[in-house]
Amino acid sequence: MSKLFPKSANSLPFQILIYLGLVVGIATAGVTYYMTPKYTRVGYAPVQPVPFSHAKHVQEVGLDCRYCHSNVDKSAHSNVPTAQTCMNCHSVIKANSPLLAPIRESYEKGTAVPWVWIHHTPDHAYFNHAVHVNRGVSCVECHGKVNEMDVVTHSQPLSMGFCIECHRNPELRLRDPKDVYNLDSKRLADQGAAGLKTAENFVHDWKVKPPQSCSGCHR
Amino acid sequence: MRHVYLATFFVVALVLSVFGLRGTVFTSPPMDVFPEWLFPSMKYQPKFRPQAETTFFADGRADRLPPPHTVRADLALREDDHRYLGKSAAGGFSAGLPEGLSVDRKLIEIGRDRYQIYCAPCHGALGDGNGITKRYGMGATATYHDARLRTMADGEIFNTITNGKNTMLAYADKLVPDERWAVVLYIRALQRAQQATAADVTDAAARKTLGLP
Repeated sequence: MSKLFPKSANSLPFQILIYLGLVVGIATAGVTYYMTPKYTRVGYAPVQPVPFSHAKHVQEVGLDCRYCHSNVDKSAHSNVPTAQTCMNCHSVIKANSPLLAPIRESYEKGTAVPWVWIHHTPDHAYFNHAVHVNRGVSCVECHGKVNEMDVVTHSQPLSMGFCIECHRNPELRLRDPKDVYNLDSKRLADQGAAGLKTAENFVHDWKVKPPQSCSGCHR
Repeated sequence: MRHVYLATFFVVALVLSVFGLRGTVFTSPPMDVFPEWLFPSMKYQPKFRPQAETTFFADGRADRLPPPHTVRADLALREDDHRYLGKSAAGGFSAGLPEGLSVDRKLIEIGRDRYQIYCAPCHGALGDGNGITKRYGMGATATYHDARLRTMADGEIFNTITNGKNTMLAYADKLVPDERWAVVLYIRALQRAQQATAADVTDAAARKTLGLP
């Protein structure tokens, strides 16, 4: 009778086990790396109906975030500006620019400018802009250096882990309230031991108590 | 077995080349790892969020205008014409702050804060009409430091902020009425600052530095 299985087949079950281990390892690595907002959302920079440059308007013109996002310190929702806000200046400056045509149309006819929503939290997470910016959490913490962006790009994962990290240790992220809208400013904790002390006092005195319970954000 | 490893390696290389690295800039809508049709969850709920899009209403907006004569709960009935319109009982523009607001440091600081955000781009930090927008072709912006604006009634400045004037559009959507009064107060402070005389310096050390008796 001829040999059906060569001698090397004796080690095959063992080799298959090793290979399966490798496959599981690769799959785990792939899921960890790809199935997270760090991959799916960070870097999202959709083409907007008007090529508005935050870098130009903030760094060159010197506008405050609140000139356009005027309800951010009053409301849970940070508003995308009305066409009238653009027309405050652009009724005179670059009044005939073809790039601004959607804005002029919206201002004259009342139609909506189809801005593309970039930082989209899931509907089951309740985020309130006002309570964050009024307690020293700067725009830059979640939105990145928008003041340097020509095209707004999703820069932070905004995953639950991202939120919780700050909710556990708010003193490490807070800024002086006057620096909240200055995206180039440093966190208090990055200003040496005195800064960290100020941040800790701020957390205590201003009663910064970020919720860590589920219902804090999921209601 | 070698072939299996080789094939695995090619699969990994293929996945890496198709999906790329984290943080790469892209313009297409983000991928949903757990799509709603496969894993129904609460990520997309049948509700409208502020400024959201919808196909339900003809204009594509989820936001609706409030019905006529709706009153915001926190702004009361706006019966006080002085406070909400800048008008006096006689019909003209009112003078002075309305009842309920008093000149204090807190109000003037709110005014400075709001002025620097919303007004300074055109009117300038000093209120002289030399804001940054002039450099981009904004044309003549009124200075606060001429006789016309120094003597203008407080209510008329309030009215200009509320409704706009000439090329200046309305700022009523950005400043609630009390913030507008705070800005009026700060404008008065700017005007006062430009009209200061040596007699206004009361600090002894500062007087000495300036060589005043």
